[in-house]
Amino acid sequence: MFVLIVGCGRVGSSVARGMMREGHTVSCLDEDPESHARLEVGLEKSWEDLGGQFTVGAGLETEALEAAGIGQADVFIASTDGDNTNIVISQIAQRRYQVPTVIARVLDPLRAEWYRRQGLQTVCPTKVAIDMLQSAVRDAGGRDGASPDDAAAEVA
Amino acid sequence: MYIIVVGAGKVGWNLARELLEKEHEVTVIESDRRRYLTVEQELEHNVSYGDASELWVLERAGIQRADMVIALTGDDEDNMLICQVAKEKYLVDQIIARVNNPRNRQHFDLLGIKPSVSATDLILRLLEHEVPEYGLVHLLDLQEEQLEIIEMLLGKDSGLIGRRVGDLSMPEGSLLISVLRAGKGFVPTADTVLQEGDEVLAVLDPGKEDDLKALFGPEGGNGDSG
Repeated sequence: MFVLIVGCGRVGSSVARGMMREGHTVSCLDEDPESHARLEVGLEKSWEDLGGQFTVGAGLETEALEAAGIGQADVFIASTDGDNTNIVISQIAQRRYQVPTVIARVLDPLRAEWYRRQGLQTVCPTKVAIDMLQSAVRDAGGRDGASPDDAAAEVA
Repeated sequence: MYIIVVGAGKVGWNLARELLEKEHEVTVIESDRRRYLTVEQELEHNVSYGDASELWVLERAGIQRADMVIALTGDDEDNMLICQVAKEKYLVDQIIARVNNPRNRQHFDLLGIKPSVSATDLILRLLEHEVPEYGLVHLLDLQEEQLEIIEMLLGKDSGLIGRRVGDLSMPEGSLLISVLRAGKGFVPTADTVLQEGDEVLAVLDPGKEDDLKALFGPEGGNGDSG
């Protein structure tokens, strides 16, 4: 598969390396030329030697998206640090370039949920953190003998 | 009408003031704390502090009952998102988005967000101007955002009289946004035919004035008339 990742921060670069290891063709687009270095953390060869592509540019620039290969992308991942940027460029990937699979990272749970219902696949790290924290608190409660089931029984 | 204006910059603040004078109910949402405090001294309860990309901030401002949402932030993605959410989630009748970078206009179109000149129009009325024959009048010069809006009067020997807007070779980086004819403004379509006396508003990248002046002057349109 050809995977295009826009936003090559901690999340984007790790996903890029992971997809590369799994044998996919990976192209990254980021405004910051320095983020190329983050891509190569832990790699023995350069990103390009391993077959990766890296383009400097913004996700809203259609020239940059096209240079990064959006025309042949099977998967588009929007993982910049801006929720709105991710949502907008994902819709551009869907509507203008008809990329079959489009995934947007959206930190705000409310926006992530609404856009998911509009047909955009969203991943919300905040929601994941909230669920994990709540679950950790419940687990701690369970060990103290006050499990949620007990609490429910008492209320009932 | 109840109007929510997002962004209390120069444009948003002036627009809000104008709308309040016209006795509309207005809430301006501003995400920069310092700017909010400045504007709040004048607009008082008509300005609200928060990031309008967050749905709860819009809901707190009463978006469910808003008749119009005008997104004027300096960030095109924010303006697109705010308008999209206003229109599609909260079913707001009318939205107006500001385009900061004219090259992003295609994305606004793609998402079905129609920018309208009327917001700009309201602000422009504050400005006094005179239109010299074939001259350009700078109505708005937003240097930070790299956007200018100019007005041109089509004199009787302009080469563009009788031409369809769709046939014009507008210089790259410029866009015809409005035609004022007989005191009434409208957004031209490709089929709009220009007439003598039309005042046209164009938005453009800085530095394109001369290209436009050439196009709208007496020789204008000769080059591309075939």
